[in-house]
Amino acid sequence: MEFANILIQGILVGGLYALFAAGLSLIFGVMRLVNIAHGDLIVLAAYAALVVVNATGLHPLGSLIIVVPLLAGFGYLLQRLILNRTLGKDLLAPLLVTFGLSVMLQNGMLAGFTADSRKLGAGTLETASVHIGPAISIGYLPALMFATTVAVIAGLQFLFYRTALGRAFRATSDDAEIAQLMGLDKRHVFASAMALCMAVVAIAGVFLAIRSNFDPFMGPGRLIFGFEAVIIGGLGNLWGTLAGGIILGVAQAIGAEINPGWQILAGHLAFILVLAIRPKGLFPRIEG
Amino acid sequence: MPDLLEIDDLQSFYGDFQALHGVSLRLQAGQVLALIGANGAGKSTLLKTICGLVTARKGTVRWRGADLLGQAPNRVVAQGIALVPEGRRLFPSLSVEENLIIGGKVARPGPWSLRAVYDLFPILKDKRNAPSTSLSGGQQQMVSIGRALMSNPDLILLDELSLGLAPVVIKDIYAQLPQITGSGMSAILVEQDVTRALAAAHRFTCLAEGRIALAGAPGDHTRDAISAAYFGT
Repeated sequence: MEFANILIQGILVGGLYALFAAGLSLIFGVMRLVNIAHGDLIVLAAYAALVVVNATGLHPLGSLIIVVPLLAGFGYLLQRLILNRTLGKDLLAPLLVTFGLSVMLQNGMLAGFTADSRKLGAGTLETASVHIGPAISIGYLPALMFATTVAVIAGLQFLFYRTALGRAFRATSDDAEIAQLMGLDKRHVFASAMALCMAVVAIAGVFLAIRSNFDPFMGPGRLIFGFEAVIIGGLGNLWGTLAGGIILGVAQAIGAEINPGWQILAGHLAFILVLAIRPKGLFPRIEG
Repeated sequence: MPDLLEIDDLQSFYGDFQALHGVSLRLQAGQVLALIGANGAGKSTLLKTICGLVTARKGTVRWRGADLLGQAPNRVVAQGIALVPEGRRLFPSLSVEENLIIGGKVARPGPWSLRAVYDLFPILKDKRNAPSTSLSGGQQQMVSIGRALMSNPDLILLDELSLGLAPVVIKDIYAQLPQITGSGMSAILVEQDVTRALAAAHRFTCLAEGRIALAGAPGDHTRDAISAAYFGT
């Protein structure tokens, strides 16, 4: 029974990792952009939620009404004004620019919010849980995070394969030159994808801020978890990304059970193991 | 009749490499122009320059009397010019029907619709939900043509329709050309198969090394003269 509990807690945490990863996966899938600043953008979303909650008194989850469109708009402009200029045959340019963006975001948040760690209080939601039998307890918050992740991924999947915008994403990803001849403006298509990615980042940031303390420098750690989830799952497959997040979460939970210091290490080991056995991830859909 | 497309002294480049050295031509509404020439003569470059995919450093391209050069490719299609690219270049992650639908994103008024394309190429209707990559080369070419027609262009640019296709398939596809251009649509036909191209066209222009070697109506010149222009002898 205890093992079942470890497994369940691992799966639930894995949902959050998949949420970190979903935007990363989306952006790489549409425009082959590896966004080094992705983790910092999640932390930025957490601070944005903090500001909104402090200013309006909204519940952290209620702040999503403001934080999601705010971050989506920021993402659109970021792509349109900066990142679109870096895209081309050279993969190094976007890496360098997003790395620079990462440094700027970290130091900007340090200047604006100091290095003190913060947290968003969500009241009883944080501690409430349901008990299943003697050994298993499922917290409302982790369950909500997991359900949200599943809903986000299902929503993205629907958008990708059932809507005109998704068609535009796939066509531009396949062949940007020809897609333009269909009347698609690739600058706008890419910016829309980044806006969508940042909407997901906003949700991830708010959950991050409710679940644990955050500070300006915790972005790169979230980026690593996100990367690992994407790569374990296989590039270009959002359900694979969810599976990747779960594998990472479960490995960490098992590692922590063996020795509390092994939590992070166990996740990385699981990642290396998958890479060694399946270098393209478990469910790859596109070639890197 | 006023010219639909007027190209004057066009000079196009890939980086520092000059692919077109002062090309000029005229196209009237409803006309089919065959653009012939050996590999590397600049035929595809000319089509790509018209579409805005390749930049010109000198010269003009005028469409219905207005300047077309320097416009983004997504604006060119909105003005009624569609390209059937060399190698077909369908979107592999889209189904057959999705490829056609995206071609109709710029929906100009006109006779072409999903139904009209399926009437022209009935086999595509049966394969509408299939991944575009699962089709044979000839069927993929049909999708590529259909995708271009979906925007209801006034000018369709057909780049190497027959490349890599079996002769019987080429014959089938060429048999549909009059149906396409019959609605008053103009076409520029780039083709390695000179005999076939000349048979389908009202006028022709032969390029050699980025320059016009010969132009006129197919009947104006002897086979030998066209052949000499083609090979640059």
